[in-house]
Amino acid sequence: MTDGNIKFVQGNEACVEAALYAGLDFFAGYPITPSTEVAEHMSYRLPQIGGKFIQMEDEISSICAIIGASLTGHKVMTATSGPGFSLMQEGLGYAIMAEIPCVIVNVMRGGPSTGLPTAPSQGDVYQARWGAHGDHAIIALTASNHQDVFSITVDAFNMAETYRTPVILLFDEVIGHMRERLTIPEPGEIPVVGRLRTSVKAGIDYHPYLPREDGRLPMSDFGGQHRYNVTGLVHDMWGFPSNNPSVVHGLLRHLVDKIKNNVDTITRYKEYYLEDARTILISYGSSARSALHIVENRRARGERLGLLELQTIWPFPYGLVEEKCEKARHIVVVEMNMGQVLRAVKRAVHHPERVVLANRIDGVFITPTDIKNILRLIQGKGV
Amino acid sequence: MAIKDYLRQKFFPHMWCPGCGHGIVLNSMLRAVEELGFSKNEIVMVSGIGCSSRISGYVDFHSLHTLHGRALAFATGVKMSQPELNVIVPMGDGDALAIGGNHFIHAARRNIAMTAVVMNNRIYGMTGGQYSPLSGYGAIATTAPYTNIDHDFDIVELSKAAGATYVARTTTYHAQQMTKILKEAILHDGFSVVEVLTQCPTYFGRKNKLGSAADMMEYYKKNTTPIGSKAKAENPDLLERGVFVRKDLPEYCSEYDKVIETAMKGRS
Ligand SMILES: Cc1ncc(C[n+]2csc(CCOP(=O)(O)OP(=O)(O)O)c2C)c(N)n1
Ligand code: SF4
Repeated sequence: MTDGNIKFVQGNEACVEAALYAGLDFFAGYPITPSTEVAEHMSYRLPQIGGKFIQMEDEISSICAIIGASLTGHKVMTATSGPGFSLMQEGLGYAIMAEIPCVIVNVMRGGPSTGLPTAPSQGDVYQARWGAHGDHAIIALTASNHQDVFSITVDAFNMAETYRTPVILLFDEVIGHMRERLTIPEPGEIPVVGRLRTSVKAGIDYHPYLPREDGRLPMSDFGGQHRYNVTGLVHDMWGFPSNNPSVVHGLLRHLVDKIKNNVDTITRYKEYYLEDARTILISYGSSARSALHIVENRRARGERLGLLELQTIWPFPYGLVEEKCEKARHIVVVEMNMGQVLRAVKRAVHHPERVVLANRIDGVFITPTDIKNILRLIQGKGV
Repeated sequence: MAIKDYLRQKFFPHMWCPGCGHGIVLNSMLRAVEELGFSKNEIVMVSGIGCSSRISGYVDFHSLHTLHGRALAFATGVKMSQPELNVIVPMGDGDALAIGGNHFIHAARRNIAMTAVVMNNRIYGMTGGQYSPLSGYGAIATTAPYTNIDHDFDIVELSKAAGATYVARTTTYHAQQMTKILKEAILHDGFSVVEVLTQCPTYFGRKNKLGSAADMMEYYKKNTTPIGSKAKAENPDLLERGVFVRKDLPEYCSEYDKVIETAMKGRS
């Protein structure tokens, strides 16, 4: 490894470098704190490699533009925060329905509405899950340090291609803005999944929406040999609108099952000292940094604390959480919202009454002391 | 190639009402492509949502049927990522100028090469006859049962002001002119807008007592005139048809190529 591969950067820049590593060559976006640096770095970096950057008139058009560019065969991304993520929901639903690989970064800030533009929050967990209307499945990933931001971003592109779906990167203001060391991996060090293109020859009927046996749908670039229709309406295997009940049922099942049936493959997490832990902290994103700090301090004093750091938020790894928490007496979910992942954790474990929340919702980064106070309460020591 | 070779016959019958003008636009559009001799693989048709937008499903090009109002935004991604493709964007008047108005003016401002065809029937056909930003003061619609008090846009003036480098207007009565204009618009290296007055006998016609589809087309004949004609001088109320703007300005994708060139130089 050369020194040139080591950088001291913001999380937003780490995300940009990772996207380029994954093969991104088209980005459309609209500035919004705390994600703006993603667009800024993209505008600088993309043309250097012959890629394209465009600043659109809003977030609605940004997500639409990347969908268009994905269809011509490019790897694409947009980045935004709270209000912009709200505007993107219709386009997100379109990408789900039309099965367009793309990556959407949401660097979370305090909400609702304009909320707290420059302050951290993790309040968009459920918007990522259910922001688009209708039944659907979604992949949302996160990370707590820049090296992980890098690898999870590459993962996001890989999953977008593998499952032909939008993937959401749910970072937060602390991760986005904090500066930290990042080592850019050598090419090939992290595997990169390319576009799966159809082997059907020109002139032979290509079915853009007919899944292979393994559930994957090979694509054909717009401008290439096969001409077909893409629509946000319910469609048949040619991509043509249909309201035939069996087509409708089959498509919805396919859209949900292709993700639901692969939860284990999609799940990314890290664990610290879980083997004998009596108290397990569950956290993600920047909150997991404070959680890890506490766990390491307490371990040094012989206390049986552990941390489960989630990197895949959706599809929620219910099975994993259930298994890891089986023997825990206390489970503390650490997050900067009013209990969004908490809700999923309670649904996952056998004893939901053992799950408590350590949180902050005041725009201030959750500290080890905040978590310590909750631990004291659990242990009956008072604050 | 015969016109029918440009159609996806498998997907017919189409969904338009008898007498709807949208089919005439489809016909003129295909003739334009045929006369230009483009291969079907070179064309991407991007549309939004509305009766007019359904046009993209029936043509044997690469077709992208998107969201209400957002066609130009999707088209921008297609064009910029693959500039050698010819992008045609048929839109309803509501699609283009109500919900999609912002994308419309910004696409025009960028001068990105694509052909925006605004199929102006002055009403929301697909949702059943509500007023659009083109209905105009005094029109009747299902959401203006007393009378419409909204003033309309002049699509030509709006496009000019927004920076479109090719701007034209025609009607479904003037199908041959439409083909000629569309050919020029498609070849134009910049953002082109073609407004086509097209009849919706089912809603706009019926609500406003304009008679049959044929009567509505007859109206286009009587109430429009070539740009700068003598008739216009005599009767200023006539609506002009023809090409209003045709100018060469740097196209967006070519401009971005220069950005790439600069960025790559800085690197070496
Ligand atoms: C976001 C959104 N809002 C509203 C609609 C409902 N809608 C569908 S088509 C349409 C208007 C169609 O009118 P126009 O664009 O003029 O096309 P026409 O049907 O007259 O050809 C509306 C309001 C929608 N599909 N999506
Ligand atoms: S409702 Fe109007 S615009 Fe729609 S198909 Fe019928 S005539 Fe055409």
